[in-house]
Amino acid sequence: MEKLDCIVIGGGVVGALILDELSKTNLKAILLEKENDVASGASRANSGIVHAGYDCTPGTNKAKFNVEGNALMWDLVKELHVPAKQCGSIVVAPKEGLKGIQELYDKGIKNGVKVEILNREQTLKIEPNISDEIEYSLYAPEAGIVSPYKLTIAATDRAILNGARVVLEAEVKDLSYKDKEWTVATSNGSYTAKYVINCAGAGAAKINDLAGADHYETEFRRGDYFVLDSTEGKAVSTVIFPLPTEKGKGILVAPTADGNVIYGPTSIPTNEGDTGTTLDAFAEIRKNVSLTYKCPNYRKVIRTYAGVRTIVGHDFIVEYSKKVPSFIQILGICSPGLSSAPAIAKYVIKLLAEKEDVKVKENLVPLPKKKKLLELTDDELNALIKENESWGRIVCRCEKVTEAEIIQAIHSPLPATTVDAVKRRTRAGMGRCQGGFCGTRVIEILARETGKTIPEIKKDMGESQIAISRIKEDSHEV
Amino acid sequence: MKYDVVVIGGGPAGMAAALKAKEQGASVVILERDVRLGGILNQCIHNGFGLHYFGEELTGPEYANRFKTKVEQTDIKVMLESMVLGISEDKVVTVLSPKEGLVHIEAKAIVLAMGCRERTAGAIALPGTRPAGIYTAGAAQKISNMDGYLVGKKVVILGSGDIGLIMARRMTLEGAEVKLVLELQPYSSGLKRNIVQCLNDFNIPLYFSHTITKVEGMPRLTGLYYAPVDEKMQPILSEEKYVECDALLLSVGLIPENDLLNGMNVQMSNITSGAVVDEYRMTSLEGLFSCGNVLHVHDLVDNVSEEAEIAGECAAKYALGKLDNKGTKYNVKAINGVRYALPQVVYGGDGKVRVFFRVGAEYRNTRLNVKCGDEVLLTKKYQIVAPGEMQHIDLDKSKITGDITLELEA
Repeated sequence: MEKLDCIVIGGGVVGALILDELSKTNLKAILLEKENDVASGASRANSGIVHAGYDCTPGTNKAKFNVEGNALMWDLVKELHVPAKQCGSIVVAPKEGLKGIQELYDKGIKNGVKVEILNREQTLKIEPNISDEIEYSLYAPEAGIVSPYKLTIAATDRAILNGARVVLEAEVKDLSYKDKEWTVATSNGSYTAKYVINCAGAGAAKINDLAGADHYETEFRRGDYFVLDSTEGKAVSTVIFPLPTEKGKGILVAPTADGNVIYGPTSIPTNEGDTGTTLDAFAEIRKNVSLTYKCPNYRKVIRTYAGVRTIVGHDFIVEYSKKVPSFIQILGICSPGLSSAPAIAKYVIKLLAEKEDVKVKENLVPLPKKKKLLELTDDELNALIKENESWGRIVCRCEKVTEAEIIQAIHSPLPATTVDAVKRRTRAGMGRCQGGFCGTRVIEILARETGKTIPEIKKDMGESQIAISRIKEDSHEV
Repeated sequence: MKYDVVVIGGGPAGMAAALKAKEQGASVVILERDVRLGGILNQCIHNGFGLHYFGEELTGPEYANRFKTKVEQTDIKVMLESMVLGISEDKVVTVLSPKEGLVHIEAKAIVLAMGCRERTAGAIALPGTRPAGIYTAGAAQKISNMDGYLVGKKVVILGSGDIGLIMARRMTLEGAEVKLVLELQPYSSGLKRNIVQCLNDFNIPLYFSHTITKVEGMPRLTGLYYAPVDEKMQPILSEEKYVECDALLLSVGLIPENDLLNGMNVQMSNITSGAVVDEYRMTSLEGLFSCGNVLHVHDLVDNVSEEAEIAGECAAKYALGKLDNKGTKYNVKAINGVRYALPQVVYGGDGKVRVFFRVGAEYRNTRLNVKCGDEVLLTKKYQIVAPGEMQHIDLDKSKITGDITLELEA
């Protein structure tokens, strides 16, 4: 077995960015993910906001990593060709909310964040559709939006191009430390390395327990969302927050980096992995959206979803375990986790450099930019079609995704093997018909490109077959 | 590339429009995004098509083939796997295909015949998990009838639209158990004949005024909760029940697929989600015509064909400078229980004009009055009239002297 330096457990945005940072160094790293794709937990189902960092308590890890992470994000997304926009954010409040706005402003200044208190007139210039009761806002021009799963996927792809390995469907069963080495037994092989970096998100506390590292109690809070058609994309230009409460940053109205609009999230106590939405949650979103935003358009809802926040105490934990050696524990990365992830990844390298001679490799391989139909000129497109006619074959009509783009995704450094994995990479099926027309085409292409049969192709995680069997073939067994 | 008439969509509407346009002597191209002509009819392997148009009962593919054979006998150009990416207001159609690449076609007239799409789980904000096993009825129909795979063995259907009803029968015939059909409204949105032939004949229960309160299971559907709704359409949770299932089919509405018109200066109807058209099926943009399910959702393909023939003939006449649309225009309005009427604009003159309409709820022993000002042009009795069945009336154009209203008598 090859000698590894680091085993990264968990393919969320934090794990992917750590792997990406490790792949730039002399340290040999592998990432273990229990599902069949990265970004399978909270990194696929959150608000996609790059927070400015004004609302974190000064002096905390959250404040530090958020502010640093925001600063790192905008170059990172360019390098990784991830959809993102530094569109700014506003926290809006009615007349009686001025005190809350002032408090946020003070925290923002302490955290070193660019913030400004605006009156109604000034706020309207940024966002004309705030509700009539709004009198003040806190404007943070450095906030923005990013596609969280595309960031995770692109970071993983680049890490692989630079020598890192990723093992999917590798659920960790056991960890043991012997002869200055960790051995991690999984459902998909056993791996040995000098260091373990536990960034398993919702499962991180369990991994800690398996390793005999520090024990933490975890709370889970579900956030439900509505996703609106891209035809609503122009209706909202910035991220609109209410004043934050104990429960979190509140229900926001925001554009997404891919051109949709989202309303959400709720904050409802739940169990690990319970991403089911509820009627009550939808009602709560409707009620709260109208407090900040004047023209919600529920007729344009194309999708609902929920993600689960993992909460461990009040602050992020990013440190060496105090109980076991060579074990970096990263827990409780709830909001602003996405914003902080680039800074957390850099910090993990610093932690490793305390003990190892970490050198940055020369000749790093850049992540090639994938061509997209909608970004090509007529001449570029026709030249591509002449070479490869799949560039002329639209599979997803709502999002205008060609067969060529789907084939590209299937043969990426981290291959897309499911319908949803293709969707996250290409947007095929993410439009208003939600894969009603293209779903079966994507299944056919996946089956063809991977040499599988149609019933073997899955929608998403686990045994999520879409077509269960040939018609009549097994009817004698029924 | 230049054509008199560019038809977008090669389903029943597109083919009928193209054939009529050709009869008028126009040069015609059909742009079809699929690999074959016929559209959704290709996956409708059940019979019941063509009773009105051909006077005999055909399957969907047979009905489509009658038109396809005729198209092949003409010099209508058919471009397959051709997706229209945009239309400009000066009628340049941008189309992408693997064979011809990206081309811009200059049209004298355009006929929109793109059909409709199905309302999804997301659009109705279906509560619960998002597992495999939830399909729109049409998607399940394609997987079953075109691809030859079963999507589940214990099936629940939400919505009583025609495709859902047809799929209840299909899934039963393919060996699945269809446990129940739930309909939010107190009446069906599908045809009466489909309820009889697809549900009653197979003892499949249909619960009106019921909806799903939560779906369960990850990564595949394992079951769902459902409950009756009150008069405000809110579920009565105390009467919630559970049913085990591994497939949920949604037949909760069809939406004309007019995305190509986004950002264009074409007057749209909020009710039909299609363009507002005159009796020639011309939209508010001169030379742009619309027909079939992209204009408004039909129950019967026979009606689609007839409507498309009007659009195709008039598009050709327009392209060739022969369309007389200079007469006085009168609006057709739907009020008091009539949900919409189409066309929304008629011309004065001679002959008759057929106006289609749909009601907003189920009405019994009612009367439709068609008025022009205070004058009643026509009155018609209905024992029962329901939203699921489109109706029509024929009006004498010579009697039309002002805007027309269609209304049900209270």
